Order: sequence, then structure tokens, then C-alpha cells
Amino acid sequence: MRILWRTTVPGPPLDTTLARDTGLVCLADGIVGVSFGAASVAGGLPWWVPVALSVLVFAGGSQIAAVGVVLAGGSPLAAVAAGAVLNTRLLPYGLAVADLVRPAGLDGDSRAHRLRGQQVSRHQVSRHQVSRHQVSRHWVSRRWARLARQLVGTHLITDESVAFALRQPDPARRRAAFWTCGVALFAVWNVAVLLGVLAGSMIKDTNAFGLDATFPAVLLALALPALNSRSIRVAAGTGAVLAVALTPVLPAGLPLLAALGGLASRWNGWRNWLVRVTSSEVPTGDPR
Amino acid sequence: MMPLPAIVVLAVVTYGLRLTGPLLRGRVTVPAAAERLFADAATVLLIALAATSALTEGHGFAGWARPSGVLVGGVLAARRAPFPVVVIAAAGVTALLRLAGVP
Repeated sequence: MRILWRTTVPGPPLDTTLARDTGLVCLADGIVGVSFGAASVAGGLPWWVPVALSVLVFAGGSQIAAVGVVLAGGSPLAAVAAGAVLNTRLLPYGLAVADLVRPAGLDGDSRAHRLRGQQVSRHQVSRHQVSRHQVSRHWVSRRWARLARQLVGTHLITDESVAFALRQPDPARRRAAFWTCGVALFAVWNVAVLLGVLAGSMIKDTNAFGLDATFPAVLLALALPALNSRSIRVAAGTGAVLAVALTPVLPAGLPLLAALGGLASRWNGWRNWLVRVTSSEVPTGDPR
Repeated sequence: MMPLPAIVVLAVVTYGLRLTGPLLRGRVTVPAAAERLFADAATVLLIALAATSALTEGHGFAGWARPSGVLVGGVLAARRAPFPVVVIAAAGVTALLRLAGVP
């Protein structure tokens, strides 16, 4: 779902613009979700597989990849591996929006500052309010509520919510954009997958509707914007040729992982980058 | 088949990747080379999966209808068509070709 937001118009950071863009992204993801649910059950998976993936994993690209591997006959292990590799990008996303994952009204821009603040307030509580059970309980429950919201916010880290948030000019709007987009997407995505599951289980001949073409088309659309240099195009092309060529001979799922061998074609880029970094100690330029 | 434990494992790994950022904020930075390697691995994987799921069925060729639809969708995506258009075009072209008797 990485590039959906790019199809929307980058405009002034007005709330109406945010609402409209969120709506457009929800619509686009909704259609992908319906096709994901429908194609999953059409391929022979039980209804709860796409539903559980959507609620628990909530990352469209990896869900489609995992189901794609399994529908092609691959092992669950290969499916999990493929999905996990696709989701490694969530790690840098998490770093980028770490402050926004916490709900509004909380202080601090740095982790250390927040930690200090928590220690101080805990100290104050223990000194002044330890006998006031009500206040203490209130404070504890608020702390749990805050932790719960933080854990929920973590689950809402997606391509779209991060992209929308980082486009906003100030922390308050960034936070609002992250939560608005994240919550809306979670609702729309899961309802859409459920609708797709219903539709897919009612349609008898799903091949007639070309549903099997939607997975590869979505994956292609997700990957195209990243093919922005010659070396990554060579790597991806090599990987694709490897995977298709090995499909007739290897057990399903393995050709996909063999495609990662395409990355070897970028070794010169890595080496040059490393040499440059170690010689100048200033990471400049793009290794591509 | 995708058993529930596999789904749970993928969910836990994914949540862990999401949580690492907020937990490490301010203490650790991902090396640029590692971040780029992640991004490149994901791109290579997406393209390879798109190719295999478009062209193959089991251990053999999937027929012409599906890859043709995917190709149309891919061209539209490269021209920055909106996502719904890409998805519907891919399914529509494939469905029409099958209606016309293309396997």
C-alpha cells in the first residue's frame, strides 16, 4: 500500500485537504482489501485467514504476499518469511513517527525527556499521594490507558499513516494526521476484507472475474515507485527472472526467496558506499 | 494452507518491527546501508512475487489472460493511475480475455 498517497494531490496542510486525502486513500485501500478478501477465499483459503491477517498483521503488501505464496503452494514458513521481509520497512517508519505514536496532549520531543518526566511524576506520587488511594489509582489507570493507546498507535504504523503524518508542518497536525489516517484505514481495511470474503465466497467461478490478476497487479503497483535507479531495476529484474525460471523445478515458495539473490548484483554499490564511508567517515551521496 | 500459528508469527514479527522504532527512539539509528538493504530486498521480493504470481500456476505457465491483465495494470501504475483503476483494469482485462476464450 506504499504509494497510494502519492496519487493524491499534495496541497496546503488544511484539515479539509487531510480529510479528503484520507478519504481517497481509504477508498483505494478499500478496493484492494475487497480484492484481497475475495481472491483469498477464491483461491481456496478459509474465510478467517484473510480476516485474521488483516486484523493482526494490518500491512496490505505483506498480507497479499503471504497469501500469494500459500496459494501458489508454498509452505507457511516461506509465506511468513516473505511477509516479514516486506515489513522490515516498518522499522524505520517506527523511528520516524515514534513521537506521534503517543496520543495527543503528552509532553516531550525526546524519549529521554519523557522518561525523566515519568520518573518525576512517579516520585511525586509516591511522596505526596501514596495514601490517597483514589488519586493513586486514577494515576495508575491513566498510565495504563496511555500505554494502551501507545500500543494501539504502534499497530497503526502503515505506509499511508506515516506518509500523511510526515507531510504535515507541525507536531500537532502530524499527530492528528497519523491518528486520523491510521484509525480510518484500520476500520476501512478490515471491513473491506470482510466484504471481499463474503463476495468471494458467493462467486462460484472467480477466475471469470479475473480476481487472480489483482494480486500481482497490486504488488507491481507497490514496487514500481521504488524502481528509481538502474541498479535496483537490474536487481529486481534478475530476481524476477530467477524466481520464474526456478518455479518449475523448486518447491513452491523457494523461488521467491531465491529472487533475493538478485540483490547480489548491487554488491558493487554496497562496496563503494562502504569504502566511501570508511575513508571519509561522512556518509554522503547515494550508492545507487 | 495458512495455519493460525503462521499468521500469529507474522503478526508478532510485524508488530515487533513496528514497536522497535518507538522503543529505540533517540538511542539507536538504523544505519543507512541497512535501511537501504531492507528497502531493496522488499522491492526485489515484490517484483519477483508479482512476476511469479502473474506468470505461473503451480509449477507451470498460468496462461495468457492473467499476465496480460497484470501488464495492463502495471502500465497504468507506471503512468501513475489511481490504485482502484490499476486493480479494476487488471481484473477487467483478464476477465474479458477469458470471456473471449483465452486461457
